Amino acid sequence: MHILGIVVTGIGVTFLFLGGLGLFRFPDVYNRVQAGTKCTTLGAFSTVVGVGIMQPGWFWKALIIGIFILSTNPISSHSLGRAAYKSGTKLTEGSVVDKAREFEQYREEQ
Amino acid sequence: MSITMIVFLSLIGLGLVLSFLRMLSGPTAPDRAVAVDTMTTIIVASLVLLGFILGRYVYLDVALVYSLISFIGLVALARFLERGF
Repeated sequence: MHILGIVVTGIGVTFLFLGGLGLFRFPDVYNRVQAGTKCTTLGAFSTVVGVGIMQPGWFWKALIIGIFILSTNPISSHSLGRAAYKSGTKLTEGSVVDKAREFEQYREEQ
Repeated sequence: MSITMIVFLSLIGLGLVLSFLRMLSGPTAPDRAVAVDTMTTIIVASLVLLGFILGRYVYLDVALVYSLISFIGLVALARFLERGF
């Protein structure tokens, strides 16, 4: 049981580090939202559940924290990305698709 | 503290330092907001891990309240960035 907890916590910690690295290296706000949210959600959930597995008396409260992170982190990152788009932040140079602008044009044609 | 926990804490600290550098050098305001979002989630995970290492149950309560407050603050910050006041 202790080995399983260490493995799950190790996966989570690795994903937390990769989230920080992606946030540092990516060229654009939207890429950074994607890196900083997906990696950190999985990493934090896995770390917290791994600590709950290693210490069985703490499991339910750790699971509550994990479910809270899992449900609120996408909401805050979605509203941050939407705010970045609405406040006029430019996409990076190599971007090939902008679905939001296509949708605006489609709605103006209707 | 075993060698495994030292490795885990240093990996978490490295991710925290990288996102802190992005918060210092972000070109626009949403960059800094995204960096703060990532930093709060990393800090919640590291609080739980630190509570396990030090053997204190109170750290779980601290992590829960911290994630709640950071969620509310980030939604308010996104609203401010979107509408202007």
